[in-house]
Amino acid sequence: VALKVLVCVKTIEQLSDEFELTPDGREVVRERLETATNEWDLAATEEALRMREEFGGEVVILTCGDAATELGLRRALAMGADRGVRVESSARDPLSIAYALAPVVAAEQPDLVFCGVQSADSVQGATGTMLATLAGLPCAAVVRRIQYNETRRRAVIERELEGGRIARMEVHPPAVFTIQTGINRPRHANLRAIKRADAAEVKVFQAVPPPSRAYVVRRMFAPAAGGHAEFLEGDAASIARHLAGIVRERLG
Amino acid sequence: MSALVVAHHSDGEVTPATRELISAGQLTGPVTVALIARTLATLADQVDVPGVAEIVTVEVAQDAFEPDVYLDVVAALVQERRPAATLVPFSVDGIGYGPGVAARLSLGFAADVHGLALEGSQFLATRSFYGGRIHAELEFPDTAAPVLLLRSGVWAPAEGQGNAGRSTFSAPPRLSRVRHLEFVAPEVASDIDLTEASFLLAIGRAVRDADGVAQFEHLAEQIGATLAASRPLVDLGLISRARQVGQSGKIVKPKVYLAFGISGAVQHLVGIRGAETVIAVNVDPEAPIFEVADYGAVADVFDVADQLARVW
Repeated sequence: VALKVLVCVKTIEQLSDEFELTPDGREVVRERLETATNEWDLAATEEALRMREEFGGEVVILTCGDAATELGLRRALAMGADRGVRVESSARDPLSIAYALAPVVAAEQPDLVFCGVQSADSVQGATGTMLATLAGLPCAAVVRRIQYNETRRRAVIERELEGGRIARMEVHPPAVFTIQTGINRPRHANLRAIKRADAAEVKVFQAVPPPSRAYVVRRMFAPAAGGHAEFLEGDAASIARHLAGIVRERLG
Repeated sequence: MSALVVAHHSDGEVTPATRELISAGQLTGPVTVALIARTLATLADQVDVPGVAEIVTVEVAQDAFEPDVYLDVVAALVQERRPAATLVPFSVDGIGYGPGVAARLSLGFAADVHGLALEGSQFLATRSFYGGRIHAELEFPDTAAPVLLLRSGVWAPAEGQGNAGRSTFSAPPRLSRVRHLEFVAPEVASDIDLTEASFLLAIGRAVRDADGVAQFEHLAEQIGATLAASRPLVDLGLISRARQVGQSGKIVKPKVYLAFGISGAVQHLVGIRGAETVIAVNVDPEAPIFEVADYGAVADVFDVADQLARVW
């Protein structure tokens, strides 16, 4: 039984040491942001590749954004995914992104859709669950283990709850899982695979405008330094001396 | 219009996060609490606190969380009651259905919200982006009634004896497609108990590899600390899950929490709120852990560890 797994990947943005807000204060000047592939999505990609190795089938990578967001998509291709699809969209909020991704899920008819639990730059934990709802699929969030039984065509999954407790659940695909880091150790791509992925053709679709957005950013601002930390200065030796003194005093 | 709070419970206990939502929801007056469970009576009493106008109980097949069940029930309830906002804990279960409610009903949505305000009848939510370095105020122009997943530990939980009205709501009949089988307790190593330790030496991503972990194991032994870690090193298999501090690990309350190379993701900081003194060493001066630290040092973690081993 070949499995088709669709993996949603986000190219995240990271603030460099200096950042600037746009004149309207609604976003960060994007030219000054650094980009990376979302860590949770690498785990999701790895899990899809392992399922393909065990059951056969296809791994399709899906992303949403402008051409620059192909960075994460091509990283996943370099890990060994079969092909990539990008939905061209300027959407930034999770509901708009889910609306952009949903038609691809409908067209591809995958057995499983994997998303990362959350993205490191936004931490909402929302896109996968929203996508499942829009695609009419069941969803399990924060999955740290998947056991797929091909003859019974069912998956027994483990969700990671607070405190490390586990909820074991049974799901009949098609379904959406949001994947937690630690489920596997994502493989590294070799140079040849990276070159091949950079040259791979990526299918691009235009997003339809979403019927509604999750939110609109009214303003962004740097939080007032809420910290009260006293900083220890000097070289490592003097920091260590100072630190040892504080620890001993506080332990009493 | 009042806010709808969806109660979260586990093992017959309503979680404190639920009573925090009740406090947060007072912006629009006393709230309605939805309680979805099989054994409703004792749970309902636990959410009957001041600030709750009504407790709506919804009887379902089992107490354990199933995302489909919560999605169907809460979406139906929101359609019937039209609350000013739907408040859900920003938790593992919360993200499993809360975003789905917003998607199904085309409602506004924000998660990990740590500030709420009312402007006229419109909610404004504050949350963070980019690892906490930027805050954003969000508005919900496309819908009057957003689904908001609130960060725990921000609002004080509502306490005391309330006098809420009670009503019932019938769950839409549908077979859950994600069936709960069982709970499994976390793997515990009996010799490690982070929650009782008074001195924790905690290490994070910057410690990188097995050699790094070994260095800090020695240091912990030398200075009499219990070794703990944030998630990345556990995910890499470099350190036992029993030593993980944070939302999916242990909630700790040591006298001293000495953190090396931990940047301070929200999920980690949840675990160290109870620490008396937090000392953080990190090479990145912007690391969010400095926001909660009592003492900080911007330095290479290995250099400071070397020197600490010398001077101790």
